[in-house]
Amino acid sequence: MSDRAATPKTASERPPTRRRRSRYEGDVPREHYLNVAYGLKSWLFTIDHKRIAILYLLSITAFFALGGLMAVFIRLELLTPAGDLMTSEIYNRVFTLHGVLMVFFFLIPSIPAVFGNFFLPMMVGAKDMAFPRLNLASWYIYSLGGVFTLAAIVAGGVDTGWTFYTPYSSTYSNSAVALTAIGVFINGFSSIFTGLNFIVTIHKMRAPGMTWMRLPLFVWANYAAALIMILGTPVVAMAIFLVAVERLFGVGIFDPALGGDPILYQHLFWFYSHPAVYIMILPSMGVMSEVIACFSRKRIFGYGFIAASSLAIATVGFLVWGHHMFVSGQSIYASMVFSVLTMLVAVPSAVKVFNWLATLWRGSISFETPMLYAFGFLGLFTVGGLTGLYLGTLATDVHLHDTYFIVAHFHYIMVGGAVMGYLAAVHFWWPKMTGRMYSEWWGRLSAGLLFIGFNLTFFPQFLMGYMGMPRRYHFYPEEWQVLNVLSTAGASILGLGYLIPIIYLTYSLRYGPIAGPNPWRATGLEWTTASPPPQHNFEQTPVVTEEPYDYSKPIVNDLPAPGAGAEPKPSPAAPRS
Amino acid sequence: MNGSQLPPLLPPSASTISGELDLLFAYITAVSLFFTVAIAIGLGVLAFLYRRKAGDPIPKQIHGNTALELVWTGIPVLIVLSFFFWGTDLFFRMRTPPADPLEIFVVGKQWMWKIQHQEGPREINELHMPVGQPVKLTMTSEDVIHSFSVPAFRVKQDVLPGRYTTMWFEATKTGTYHLFCTEYCGTEHAGMMGRIIVMEPNEYQAWLGGGGGESLTAAGERLFSQLGCATCHGDQAGARGPALAGLYGTDVQLGTGGAVTADEAYLRESITEPAAKVVAGYDVIMPTFLGQVSEEGILQLIAYIRSLGTTTEPSEPAATTVEEADSE
Repeated sequence: MSDRAATPKTASERPPTRRRRSRYEGDVPREHYLNVAYGLKSWLFTIDHKRIAILYLLSITAFFALGGLMAVFIRLELLTPAGDLMTSEIYNRVFTLHGVLMVFFFLIPSIPAVFGNFFLPMMVGAKDMAFPRLNLASWYIYSLGGVFTLAAIVAGGVDTGWTFYTPYSSTYSNSAVALTAIGVFINGFSSIFTGLNFIVTIHKMRAPGMTWMRLPLFVWANYAAALIMILGTPVVAMAIFLVAVERLFGVGIFDPALGGDPILYQHLFWFYSHPAVYIMILPSMGVMSEVIACFSRKRIFGYGFIAASSLAIATVGFLVWGHHMFVSGQSIYASMVFSVLTMLVAVPSAVKVFNWLATLWRGSISFETPMLYAFGFLGLFTVGGLTGLYLGTLATDVHLHDTYFIVAHFHYIMVGGAVMGYLAAVHFWWPKMTGRMYSEWWGRLSAGLLFIGFNLTFFPQFLMGYMGMPRRYHFYPEEWQVLNVLSTAGASILGLGYLIPIIYLTYSLRYGPIAGPNPWRATGLEWTTASPPPQHNFEQTPVVTEEPYDYSKPIVNDLPAPGAGAEPKPSPAAPRS
Repeated sequence: MNGSQLPPLLPPSASTISGELDLLFAYITAVSLFFTVAIAIGLGVLAFLYRRKAGDPIPKQIHGNTALELVWTGIPVLIVLSFFFWGTDLFFRMRTPPADPLEIFVVGKQWMWKIQHQEGPREINELHMPVGQPVKLTMTSEDVIHSFSVPAFRVKQDVLPGRYTTMWFEATKTGTYHLFCTEYCGTEHAGMMGRIIVMEPNEYQAWLGGGGGESLTAAGERLFSQLGCATCHGDQAGARGPALAGLYGTDVQLGTGGAVTADEAYLRESITEPAAKVVAGYDVIMPTFLGQVSEEGILQLIAYIRSLGTTTEPSEPAATTVEEADSE
């Protein structure tokens, strides 16, 4: 760190733009986690949480690309009412693969495995996760699950839908169900390990002074998600394992012809898979709290309420699974209870949105790329959340269940919410992870394209759904073609919006301006160390003396010179010797 | 995008509940639109008013406001509870068939709907029904889970293998409407479409008459003797199996203690899995008929057993009498 440029920055300096790139030259530390060792082995055997996060980033991007390619095929096929691009066998495999890859191999790991892994230890002021080897193991397990799933594609694909409903999956499907099921089963353990690591790290590894009420909300959100990971994932792993057992050995569990109960599977599956939605969205909400506070230069409004609402969502979220089964034949009284609980789980989400809006009030708002993604999140998540109310309401759910209305709703939550949050996180923390700034212009452009493309793709699907168009249909009556054409047109814009960031982010690795330790002048311990961070995150163990999101003081994009006194600097007043 | 050239954006509304369901949908939409627009405008106004300007001072830091939190927690709770109460009330009515429905039987299989009318006619992927009369479907599947969905009626019910589910609806307009399978069921899932044909009652009667074939009860009776059921389930005292006359709808005392109502589900179970719930005083000697008689056959047997019911139960569905009248 001794070779850092010593030029002091003034307090009023703004986040960087291209014009000012020269400001950051020389701010790269001599040694950091990326250049501490080179070679494949230094990555494959790393136990550095930051490097493991990068491994996850590369893997989930690959799975996202493959899942996205499947979406391209789906939208192209649905351009015309007839099934003319591929056979039904292929189409069913394509949408199944889209769902399996996106849910199990992208959305569930996305923010926790990449940004949680990278930043959660830094945010609590730790050198690493509590169990670094378990952390690396989780990536290998994830990869092994991925290998099984890819092997299933080579073995002919799987056509059950990502939900693996029995007895179709256990008895009737002529596809590689068992391989895929084993892949998903194995993958579940990576999620459990990550969750376990998060919880132990948050409990045991916090820096001196980092009390629970000083934790960044991103940490709270990941804590809540980790609870779901370790309590819910075993159940779905078990359910999917039982499908494989019934399929391979003919043990009657779910197929009534063998004395089983097909509805039992749905209970087990949704017991996890509904809370899994909160694994996807809670970390994304955590990103929102970080980004919105930073770019409005304001302490987050209602910190305690946002933190509590994450826990409320994680808790009540375990009690609403039956809302996926209102027309399955479950008791109408059970449905009634699930309906009212579903209504109540919507409220903490609304509370978060109101608190974020209140944070903007009297702020000093700027519109860099992460903030644009945050605005996109607010709009799309609001629509996604509100349309969930139609589905929690019993009578309307009967009409909308298993139609494109559902498809639109969960894409607004999972893509509009979780993926927008993921991209906000990518753009917010990219300078910290790589030490480089990306092109702000291209960043804003792709955020705009994604917002427009997303709405054009999925809003027409609400209308199709109300018309009654069932999901997972390879061909459909002609009266729905106009809406499907709109949706496909939107998907092409959406696809472009995903491609552009891959290009300019990769470009920035080599040619981007040097970011400096804190380009956004954000609070939080991760911004008090160099970019990219040193191998052990901090030169000295930070000591926290302040509340989170304390934007009441000027914050500079610089580190204090070694041995200097407490310069204007965010939270940690590191002890000086 | 709602030009006159384009197809309509609302499905036809053709059942007694579809109008109210649309109204509930409109109510939720109005509330959702209000909040979406309010949040969007709020976001826009805040972003504009407090955009960063040169020389901005550091904003005053605000921690929160508990009263405000309670307000914006409480109001959404009240609103969602209003959805819940209306939705549940309507749902319960959608799930509770009125007295005297016309009963029709549905068997789903990959990838077709097989419909049986009491009076005899059978059809595939088409359901003819009269307007202005409640229709109750008793449904089962031969293989995987299907779902019987009629968007114009705003109804849907999963159809399960190994058990019966029921649904009901009453059409308010004649016409032809879409029937879909909405639970993914394999390769030709999208091809499991059909038509609901709603007719004037007299046309429906004429259609039934032209259908030919024996009634469900008669088919059941033929199957009953073919399978040799009468050997044990005769009327004489001391038979090896319990007598079936007057059985339907009554409470049966079980050998294991407790009682069970002899409804469709119990009768089906007793045919396919006889040892599950044995009537008190009888031995477990009946072999299973699972695989020896089709789902449609089981429905016919049940229809026959129901027809044996004397009117001991005043609350017994009148469909039995309808069917008796028609089978004469």
